[in-house]
Amino acid sequence: MSNPTPLLSVRNLKTYFDLDEGQVKAVDGVSFDVQPGQVVGIVGESGCGKSVTIKSVLRIIQPPGRLVEGEILFNPDNGGGQGPIDLAKFDPNSKQMRAIRGKDIALIPQEPMAAFSPVHTIGNQIMEAILLHQPVTKKEARQITIERLREVGVPSPQDRIDAYSWELSGGLRQRAMIAMALACNPKLLIADEPTTAIDVTTQAQILNLLRNLQQQHNTAIIFITHDLGVIAQIADYVVVMYLGRVMETGPVDDIFHAPQHPYTRALLESIPTIQSAPREPLPTIAGSIPHPFNRPPGCPFFPRCPDFIPDTCNAQTPTLQPINQRQSASCFLYHDEAEEN
Amino acid sequence: MLQYIIKRLLLLPFLLFIFSVIAFALIQAPPGDFVTSYIAELAAGGSAVEQAQIDALREQYGLDQPMTVQYVKWITRILQGDLGVSLDWKKPNAELIGERLALTLLLGLFTFIFTWAVAIPIGIYSATHQYSALDYFFTIFNYFGIATPTFMTALVVMWLAFKYFGVSVTGLFSPEYIDAPWSWAKFMDLLSHIWFPMVILGLDGTARLARVMRANLLDELKKPYMEMARAKGMSEWRLVMKYPVRLALNPLISTIGWYLPLLFSGSVIVATVLNLPTIGPLLLRALITQDMFLAGIIILIYCGLAIIGTLISDILLAWIDPRIRMEES
Ligand SMILES: Nc1ncnc2c1ncn2[C@@H]1O[C@H](COP(=O)(O)OP(=O)(O)O)[C@@H](O)[C@H]1O
Ligand SMILES: [Mg+2]
Repeated sequence: MSNPTPLLSVRNLKTYFDLDEGQVKAVDGVSFDVQPGQVVGIVGESGCGKSVTIKSVLRIIQPPGRLVEGEILFNPDNGGGQGPIDLAKFDPNSKQMRAIRGKDIALIPQEPMAAFSPVHTIGNQIMEAILLHQPVTKKEARQITIERLREVGVPSPQDRIDAYSWELSGGLRQRAMIAMALACNPKLLIADEPTTAIDVTTQAQILNLLRNLQQQHNTAIIFITHDLGVIAQIADYVVVMYLGRVMETGPVDDIFHAPQHPYTRALLESIPTIQSAPREPLPTIAGSIPHPFNRPPGCPFFPRCPDFIPDTCNAQTPTLQPINQRQSASCFLYHDEAEEN
Repeated sequence: MLQYIIKRLLLLPFLLFIFSVIAFALIQAPPGDFVTSYIAELAAGGSAVEQAQIDALREQYGLDQPMTVQYVKWITRILQGDLGVSLDWKKPNAELIGERLALTLLLGLFTFIFTWAVAIPIGIYSATHQYSALDYFFTIFNYFGIATPTFMTALVVMWLAFKYFGVSVTGLFSPEYIDAPWSWAKFMDLLSHIWFPMVILGLDGTARLARVMRANLLDELKKPYMEMARAKGMSEWRLVMKYPVRLALNPLISTIGWYLPLLFSGSVIVATVLNLPTIGPLLLRALITQDMFLAGIIILIYCGLAIIGTLISDILLAWIDPRIRMEES
């Protein structure tokens, strides 16, 4: 199977935070690809570095954080034109980087409540996203904004455009946020836990909306969540993260039906299914996530791993390798490729 | 919005009444009255005063009548535009206050503009360059500004100016213009003098405002809307000015109204030290000599400005912050 050129190819990305107490290796060698029009779900427990990964891709990591190494190959023309550009080489505030941010790669942030300024109308903020990247007049930008709001299902958008974010319900606010992200027809949409803060019904509506929009515009999406149920509903391809590293990647069906990495398996066992016996405690993953300053040597998961191989897993760090036709895993159960040193 | 302003305006007369009562009570509070201190002064000068004359004075000014009557007489005359006569200066109060009031407000306006023009950029720079060398410099400077009493700064600078440059930086005019009628030359002379008291009076406020601005902005810079604005591809400078600076200024703008009475009173001590022809020293003297009609008028103007200042603050706040506007309507 020959893949088309990926829209985004993240290679060995490392982002560290230099704090007074020590260095936090929030993202420590993450690699994954996003194909054009594909929905990639990044899943992992809270604190495993999902947000830092995508902020690094957008180059909006602020000090004390810094991108230490890695490549972020972005290919908006799909092979044509100039070929992939390495976003990691740009200055974060450079014109080139800003021209891509918000236009080709857009973000739906984790907290829609706080991501709008409370003293500017949502219309003002959505129009701003349009005016930054498109040669249109204010009037035209307003028209586009109303169109976008209508598209994401905001009722009477011609009135709501002048509303403040705190006048909207959680669901509408999230829709307005999606309208803002889609304002410039991005090639890649990054949604950072967009449904965590809203109730289940609204959550389902928002997921539906994203799915529909994605199909209409053929936008690629990186969908971040700690909720495997949400991944099952929306993703084509899954990236499982643990402690700043990728444990396993693969198509969504394989990840759910044939998980390979012990961490993926543990994660799947800890979610309730229709078959789970009622009032039986769900299995939880043994142990707890190590403190970021205190990461184990070797595979980050070995202290909690049921398949721990002594003297191997705690001595060397496995790299992400293809282990069958579709899946890749960083695990010595399947290969013995370790990181150097 | 309009409704909100009208609501505030309706409150005005009521507040003014309360403040006028307080002002009147205040000037009545010290034991004795003007006549007592007038007699004491005359006696000190060697001339005896006859009881008949004393009684005549007391009656003339209504000092022998009950408080309420005195208050009503006082406030009625003020409302009719008659500010009365200063017993101490033997001059109409309106004349005494008039020019000083204008000079006070002018100096206050200059000080205010100076304070904001200097403090806000410093606050923005310090917050956006937290822990840089200049940020540390400004922080230390601000601590000095706040910790040193203003009159002390005034004295030190005056002394330095006199010792090393042989210039006197007191007053608002050169000697030849002090009693001269207003002219263009006198106005220019005023401008060439006003910067010094402006800087001295403004230092403390500048230091405080810069500190508050820095703290407010640091809070705002951590908000998630910053990340969102960056993700949209805004340039750092533009987004800082549009979102966090605007939000950090909100609570400060709402305090602008409070400057009004402060500007008016200025610092009595500094004005006295610098020999400024402003209201502060006049009020001080009026209080010492129990020149109650003059003191009363000044205090009343002060209260009036405080009320207007609060009104301005409320309106500004509602104007710049849609959340307040919404709550009130
Ligand atoms: N601004 C920051 N300063 C210091 N550490 C940070 C910062 N942002 C994130 N981290 C660290 O990076 C790690 C990953 O965080 P994050 O990517 O937000 O996790 P999540 O997967 O829940 O999105 C966490 O351990 C956190 O401590
Ligand atoms: Mg996160």
